[in-house]
Parts: sequence; C-alpha cells; structure tokens
Amino acid sequence: MPIILDHVNYVYDSDSPTSKKALNDVCLTIPDGQFIGIIGHTGSGKSTLVQHLNGLLKATEGHIYVDGEDIYDKDYNLKKLRSKVGLVFQYPEHQLFEIDVFSDVCYGPKNLGLEKKEVELRAYDALRKVGLPDDLFYQSPFELSGGQKRRVAIAGVLAMKPKVLILDEPTAGLDPKGRNEILDQVKQLQKETGITILLVSHSMDDVAEYVDRIIVMNKGAVKYDDVPKEVFKHYKELEEVGLAAPQVTYIMRDLAANGVPVGTDATTIHEATEEILRALGR
Amino acid sequence: MLRDITLGQYYQTASPIHDLDPRVKLTGTLLYIISLFCFKYYVGYLIAALFLGLMILVSHVPFRFMIKGMKAILFLLVITVMFNLFLTPGTPLVTFWKLKITIEGIQMACTMLSRLVLLIVGSSLMTLTTTPNHLTDGMEKMMNPLKVIKVPVHEVAMMMSIALRFIPILLEETDKIMKAQIARGADFENGNLIARAKSLVPLLVPLFISAFRRANDLAMAMEARCYRGGEGRTKMKPLMYKKADFVGYGILIFYMVCSIGLSRIDFIGLLAR
Repeated sequence: MPIILDHVNYVYDSDSPTSKKALNDVCLTIPDGQFIGIIGHTGSGKSTLVQHLNGLLKATEGHIYVDGEDIYDKDYNLKKLRSKVGLVFQYPEHQLFEIDVFSDVCYGPKNLGLEKKEVELRAYDALRKVGLPDDLFYQSPFELSGGQKRRVAIAGVLAMKPKVLILDEPTAGLDPKGRNEILDQVKQLQKETGITILLVSHSMDDVAEYVDRIIVMNKGAVKYDDVPKEVFKHYKELEEVGLAAPQVTYIMRDLAANGVPVGTDATTIHEATEEILRALGR
Repeated sequence: MLRDITLGQYYQTASPIHDLDPRVKLTGTLLYIISLFCFKYYVGYLIAALFLGLMILVSHVPFRFMIKGMKAILFLLVITVMFNLFLTPGTPLVTFWKLKITIEGIQMACTMLSRLVLLIVGSSLMTLTTTPNHLTDGMEKMMNPLKVIKVPVHEVAMMMSIALRFIPILLEETDKIMKAQIARGADFENGNLIARAKSLVPLLVPLFISAFRRANDLAMAMEARCYRGGEGRTKMKPLMYKKADFVGYGILIFYMVCSIGLSRIDFIGLLAR
C-alpha cells in the first residue's frame, strides 16, 4: 500500500496572526515494507507530516495518494484509511480509558465493526506482539508502569492490523532499557509482518540502528531523504539544524583524523566494532 | 473544531485597548452591561452598538473573532427570540394555529436580541484584549476591600487565574486525545444521541485523568516554591494607573451619560409628532 505525497503544504491557523507554515512543499514516496525514520528538531513539522498520512489533518494545498487513490476525494472512506494507516501518538498512554488492558486494546478493532471473536483474537495477538506479560491483561491500564502503558497503547493501534504503522516519538520519556525494548520489538514486528513502519524521532541514535531510510525535516520541508549512511555524511549540516549524527559517526571520524585507518561511514555500534577490529588487523 | 471558541481567549496585538489597565476594562465592561439594561428607547442600543464598534476598531481585533464567539451562543439566541416572539401577551399582529405574534413580542424579541449580542460581544472584547493573568490581577485589586469582611480575595483570584490558564491547555489536550481516538477508529460525529454520548467516554476519561495529573503537578510545583496563599505576598509588576487609564475612565463616563441620557428621549415619538 504505497503512499505518495504530492507537493503537500499545510498552514496552521491560516486566518489568525499566529498562522504558521508547518509543511512546505513536501513530496515523498513511501513504498511497502520499508522501515523509515523521520527526524527533525522540535517544530520541524514531523508530527504534522504524519498526521496527514491518515487524514487527521487536511493539506492546505497538494494531494496524497494511498494505493493510487486521492484521500481528499469526496467519496474516499477516511475511516478505512485509518484502519490501514495506524498512528501511535506521542505519549500514547494518555489515551487509555478502559477498565482493563484487554478491553482498551479491543477498542480499535471494535470500531472497525468486526465480530466479537475476531476483535478479541486481534487484541490478544497485538498484546503478545508488544511483549506484554499475560498476567497484566486484566489489570487496570492505570496501574501499569510507563513502559507497559506505552506498549498497551501501541497494541491498541496494532490490533487494527494496519499496513502502515506510524510511531510518533515512541521512546519519549522512557529510560534507555525501555527505549531499546520498544525499538527492538518494533523492528521484530516489521521483520515478522513486513508492514511499513515510520518512526518519528529527534534522536539520530534512536533510529540509526533500526531504519532503512531517513527523512530529515527542517522548517517544514524535507532536507534529506536517503539511506542512513548517506544522510550522516552531512553531519555538519545536520548540526546546523539542531540535529546530530549518531555518536558512533563522531568516534569513527575522530579515529580517522587521529591516524587510525578506519572507514567513517559506520552508523551502528556493531558496524563500528567490526570496522575498528578490521583496521587493527584482528 | 475546538478552535472556534473565542470566549475567554486572548488575541495578541498592540493597541490602546490592550494597554489599558485591566481595572478600567473590567469596570468598563461592567458599566457597559449595566447600561444595556437601563435603556428606555432603541436609540440607546444604537449608541451602544456604535460605541462597541468604535472600541473594536481601536482594539485592532479582527471583527470575525467577535462573530466566532457568537456561534457558540447561536442556539441560546434563537431560543430567546422564539420565546419572546410567541409568548409575550399584547396586541396580536399575526395569528396562526395556536401561536400569535404580538407587537409587544416583536419589540421584546428585538430588545433581548440586541442586549444579548452586545453583552456577549462586549465581554468577549474584554477577554480578547486582556491576558487572563492581567484580568485576575485587576479583579484581585478591585475586590481587595472585601478582605475586611473575610472574603479570601487572593485565593479566589488565584483559582480563577489557574482555571483560565488551563482552558487553552485542556482544549489542546482534548484536540490531541480526540485525534488519537479518531486514529483508533472512533466516530464523534455520526450516530444517534446515545451512540454519540457513549462515544465521548474514550475522550472524557483520559481528559479527566490528564486534568488531575496536571493539577497534581501544579500543586507540587507551587508547594516547591513555598506558595502559602496571599498573606504578605508582593507583586513583581503591581498594577499602576497611567494617564491613558484616566482618559479611559473619562470616555466611559461620557458614554454612560450620553447613552442612558439620550435613550430617555423618545426620538421616534418626537419625529411622529
């Protein structure tokens, strides 16, 4: 289910003095099965961008095609689109409301009008996929820890079986362990089911290890759109827009500058280790 | 959708009205509302509307912001007009079925409509040109004499400023939760009354929880800064009258005398004679 953005512009509060151009002529193609990182400084338009993909915000100008259909057509079924493009918001645990975890996850599929059995099956499946222990299924979602709540919220969207899953800063406010767990699980999910995943973040270290492609947003426009290695070559420019390359990149560059014969395009800790070992001849 | 509510929202720009002391604006709004209920003939409403129009012009707030505020009370306006139109006893003008429109009814409906519209637009002009903090500062200062009879003036003002401060935050939060639930297939717009009321649960529960969480955080933050009520508390920027404020009071008195005075004269009657 490829998504194509064609010259999308979006203006916030267009009729007030605080009006602000949030998206500026964005053109993107999102093919099936990719794991994409969307990176940008606070206020760069990344959250605005992803809210367009499931029709929550309507572009002031431009078109979005999902599966070849224009989602701004009058008779386009937006509800169906939202079941195909799942969006997990920032701090998704704030949207939990049911008396127990299981019923909360059921909410999404129930809205799709599925049978009770199918709804429960999907909820169970989604909760297993995010790695929540079985004994928590019937607890109140408000008694769980921060990381667990977030998993429940992600499961709530997963249970709708989307073909594209968008996660807006899924690791915000989590400790390093919780962060890695969530990201590992997302990667695992993508491997198993082959769905497209868009990961919104402002931290390069978060995404570098996981994604196939990085889209860098700056001031509402796409600045870079390439594989991680290529994007990190522009680390000087990235710094200018308030971002940074992963720490590994800096270490490799420093090593090379100080006479260690290593290549500088490693983006993950694993690649860097291999490269250093190779350079040292082990 | 939620951005349409202008009542209690501040419109940022530079204007003589924005610069006025909040006490002037509060008194002004209060006197303006009182004046609306003192008119005897329609001339009064005309003057009041002109005065308000002038003030809106001076305030640099676009006129459509006032109209936006009206949308929220459209229902109330319609009901008021209907009731007055049909239920006022007097000389019947038109009669159909059991309903009759009387001359007195039409007059009453017009009076009520102009009063309500002017009242709402007048008070939204105040909130559009005054930040919530300024407003409560002004109220606190004006209610200060009530301390003598043990009214907790500072506490009331603090509560009000917190409540006002939280309106935009909670609106934003509502917008966010609404979007999140729509992304999960929620439908807030279709279905019958019961279905729609039910669909609000996924919105209201998270909203209440977030309000409590915020209240808790705020209480903690205030306590951490040793807040202990109004006793002995001073202000960094105390309210002070400037020259423009006295001019403001002058204009107000002039308006009151003019509008109420002139509205006592029956111009239509004079012309008819």
